[in-house]
Amino acid sequence: MEKVLMKGNEAIAEAAIMAGCRHFFGYPITPQTEVAAYMSKRLPKIGGVYLQAESEISSINMILGAASAGVRAMTSSSSPGISLMSEGISYMAACDLPSVIVNIQRGGPGLGGIQPSQADYWQATRSSGHGDFHIIALAPNSIQEIVDLTQRAFDLADTYRMPVIILGDGILGQMMEPVELRPNISANPPEKTWAANGTGGKRKKNIINSLYLKPDQLEQINFERFKRYKLVEKKEALHEAYLTDDADIILVAYGATSRICRNAITQARANGVKAGLLRPITLWPFPVQAIKQTMQRAKAFICVEMSMGQMIDDVKLAIECERPVAFLGRTGGMVHTPEEILAKIEAVDRGETA
Amino acid sequence: MYYGPKKFDEPMTHARITLFAGHYGSGKTNLAVNYAIALKHLHPGSRVILADLDIVNPYFRSLDSADALECAGIEIIASQFANSNLEAPSMPGEAMILFDNKACCGVIDVGGDERGAYAVGRYSDYIREENVDALLVCNKYRPLSREPEQVLSIKNEIENAARIKFTGLVNNSNLGAQTTPEHIISSLRYINRVSELCGLPVIFTGAARGLADYLPGMTGLFCLDIHGKNEWRIN
Repeated sequence: MEKVLMKGNEAIAEAAIMAGCRHFFGYPITPQTEVAAYMSKRLPKIGGVYLQAESEISSINMILGAASAGVRAMTSSSSPGISLMSEGISYMAACDLPSVIVNIQRGGPGLGGIQPSQADYWQATRSSGHGDFHIIALAPNSIQEIVDLTQRAFDLADTYRMPVIILGDGILGQMMEPVELRPNISANPPEKTWAANGTGGKRKKNIINSLYLKPDQLEQINFERFKRYKLVEKKEALHEAYLTDDADIILVAYGATSRICRNAITQARANGVKAGLLRPITLWPFPVQAIKQTMQRAKAFICVEMSMGQMIDDVKLAIECERPVAFLGRTGGMVHTPEEILAKIEAVDRGETA
Repeated sequence: MYYGPKKFDEPMTHARITLFAGHYGSGKTNLAVNYAIALKHLHPGSRVILADLDIVNPYFRSLDSADALECAGIEIIASQFANSNLEAPSMPGEAMILFDNKACCGVIDVGGDERGAYAVGRYSDYIREENVDALLVCNKYRPLSREPEQVLSIKNEIENAARIKFTGLVNNSNLGAQTTPEHIISSLRYINRVSELCGLPVIFTGAARGLADYLPGMTGLFCLDIHGKNEWRIN
């Protein structure tokens, strides 16, 4: 298949179209605007609907409506916009609605800035909205992986009837790489017998709702939903291990940061320090077992994030605090250099793990 | 002083000012940076200016190549908010130097698509008066400009937004670091078809310096150094 040169944001949009998404609702915000721009050009030509809503609150509720009708729908935004969507995401989780939400993170908190960041990890994995629920969080680190995972996101959403977030960052959204637009979707997606898309006079009405008048009924529904989450945790965790087999020091990083870590690891190995990278591809479910396994040999871990330290908690939990976990963070839109990561690896190798 | 015989063996236009516009991601900024450096080689005694009119692209800007440009003695004029956290679609007054000071020469780097081209409109009268060479940058390997017909509609959209007419084409077909000589050879048919459809001449084909060696006998090749950020590049 002939490769094309694509920007991360365009790749998300094209992959969604390949997955059968014909409904996009969104509101522009840097650094993800090209997702919407691409959809606005492509969807009208293929019988789809592109609609620029008046706000992110509207976009997410339009997604809720489209998902209720059983179609594949997507919205995308960047950090502050995702905060505005919180209520809608919680409602969709409560209604067991599949959907794909894209967050191309920028510096925060608040209006923050337009440069890349990974400071919405807690938001994506812990608190996408109020109430007891999870969403699946996918963290690609290349444009090809964006193409593959965006398609997969739609299948995961339909299979488990839950929202899936693609957690990228400004670098991934803006950078360009050659990609193969190869299909990566299930040939037999589950039939949406629950969708409110007309009874045709043949069945009872389907009702999409998140209000329960009896607390015991709501508790029971939450119990059932969490059984499904257990299944997701068991079956869907993804990771990539890079030079971890003989590594004394394991870096844990995702997204664009993991790419810079790879360059630092190459330099560290040239200097005689055996470092490796464990890259979570799913942030929820977190690849707990994969990280645990690297502990057999590793003497220390370094969590590298474009944040003040959010994933580090999950790393410590995964290894049950049995090894020191050092942290190297940049924030506010600043990006690590391979040199500063190398310096951290060498410091940890000398035993400076604080 | 800019119309003498070429001292630099790159295929270049002879206009005092050359403008690069096109679909976003077609490689305009890198072209503009390389072209400005080549202009300085051609006219070492002249003031050479790179005017970055891109007010839509938040990352990957000519300012990322500031070191290479300053080293070559080229002045950069860009939005004072470029590479900052502020998105203010504004250009500094200095951008007019390029038109006011007839002794300098330079390059104009325009933002992608019609969205980026609106910023040119403010200078369109000067661009017409000055006979600026306005070049449409084309990349066969970008998904929305793969077909010559798609390039034609991008051309019309940009011309309407910028209120200028293109005078030539640049074939900048590339797949980033994975570009092979075959990619460039197979793009020639594409650019010739674009040229047929819109009646504009192909001014040159851009190719990374390492590739040019594998393209002996190809005429109209402009060698490019790849500038910009690379700490997250992986092979």
